[in-house]
Amino acid sequence: MKIKNINSLLACTGLMLVFALPVGSAVAQQQNDPKFNKMMKDGFRAEGIAGLDRIQQDETQKFCSDPVFAGSVKGQAMREKIQKINMDSIKQPSDGKYIGDWKKGEAIAQSGRGATWTDKADTPIGGGCYNCHQIDKKEISYGTIGPSLWNYGKMRGNSQELIVYTWNRINNSKAYNACSNMPRFAHFKLLNEQQIQDLMALLLDPASPVNQ
Amino acid sequence: MQRKFTYGLALGVLVASLSMSSSLFAQTATDEIAKYREMIADGNPSELYEAAGEDLWKKPAGPKNATLEKCDLGLGPGVVKGAAAQLPRYFKDTNKVQDLESRLMTCMQTLQGRNSKEMIDAPFQVGPKKDMEAIVAYVVTASKGEKIKVSTNHPKEKEMYELGKRAFYFQGGPMDFSCASCHGEDGKRIRLQDLPNITTQKGAALGWGYWPAYRVSSGQFWTMQQRLNDCYRQQRFPFPIYASDLTIALSMYMAKNANGGTVETPGLKR
Repeated sequence: MKIKNINSLLACTGLMLVFALPVGSAVAQQQNDPKFNKMMKDGFRAEGIAGLDRIQQDETQKFCSDPVFAGSVKGQAMREKIQKINMDSIKQPSDGKYIGDWKKGEAIAQSGRGATWTDKADTPIGGGCYNCHQIDKKEISYGTIGPSLWNYGKMRGNSQELIVYTWNRINNSKAYNACSNMPRFAHFKLLNEQQIQDLMALLLDPASPVNQ
Repeated sequence: MQRKFTYGLALGVLVASLSMSSSLFAQTATDEIAKYREMIADGNPSELYEAAGEDLWKKPAGPKNATLEKCDLGLGPGVVKGAAAQLPRYFKDTNKVQDLESRLMTCMQTLQGRNSKEMIDAPFQVGPKKDMEAIVAYVVTASKGEKIKVSTNHPKEKEMYELGKRAFYFQGGPMDFSCASCHGEDGKRIRLQDLPNITTQKGAALGWGYWPAYRVSSGQFWTMQQRLNDCYRQQRFPFPIYASDLTIALSMYMAKNANGGTVETPGLKR
């Protein structure tokens, strides 16, 4: 082998290292790791309504557990695939009604209860919306993980396009952003159709305090 | 001078009134919580747990009727001062990385002949766990003010850190949450509760450095194992097993990230 070739080989290796490093420092959830899997399997037991099936990840959860890969150029195709899977799972309202009762919606938005191992199977599950979003301006106890929804309808109007978009977001936010922090409320049956209609009213009804 | 001052004041009032948004009210509310915390900090009720823990440390117990005074928490048998600031760490005798509670369990088993399984299965705040909580309060108080100094030099420590990092980002349950959902970004909060970003040194020091803590809302002293347990409950995960490698790995991830911060335990929490 000529010196020149060795040099180019070295350069090539160096280049590979440069590209390999960020991947190496990633959480690397996409790779199978028997040690990690065993730790997770041995780390939990079923309790109440929270069974061990809850740590069986679906494709979306697996993808988003590796944020470095999920946000990378390499992960782009997978990200689109995940979004499509979630988009395809969304059902439009069976009665054609998108807007319910904003007062009921406000109660659902306030409640962060349900689905923990200390809850019963019949404990009503809340939307927990205030945990992450500003909604009614009078409520000062709100979270900031998600964007403010105050004046949501007032700022965006109520075109059919916006109504469907809002419906889809509440049903399955991952249809638009594969690793959105927002739970997939319809996918995991956390909220039923009626409850989602009521939340829609909270955001879009001109009479809702959100739009004052 | 006088005019300048009046002008400045007027401008200040204008700016203040313009930015009187509800986020400002919310900020005021968190400030109030901080003030409240400060007010009762002088009489942190965890002192009662600490005193009970010291008694339990020195009292012969278990089938072997022995004390815990020869327990090696990493700095040699019987050394309590500063030990919690360097945990979790690798222990040669068990060939494992252990956090404070799993290490104390080892001492209870080897020195006192007590059954670890009973401790693992017991509910929090009663029975054997109640004793454990008091002993934890005693041990962590002896590190108050020390620098957090956790090593990942041993291959098993390094491995535990990487496993913990991966667990931190592991999404599951019906809400797709992971630890990172709430603790992976700066300046976020749930309702009015500020959330430290545990992926940064500053945030990890704020989280790890203040637990275990006395919780005013529940009137109880909570160990880190209980804190993690309730985090997983709120994430809608199944029940994390007490002192499992999973909980130790997560502790290792938080503690190592917090290196350089100060041990403020026992903290005082809402």
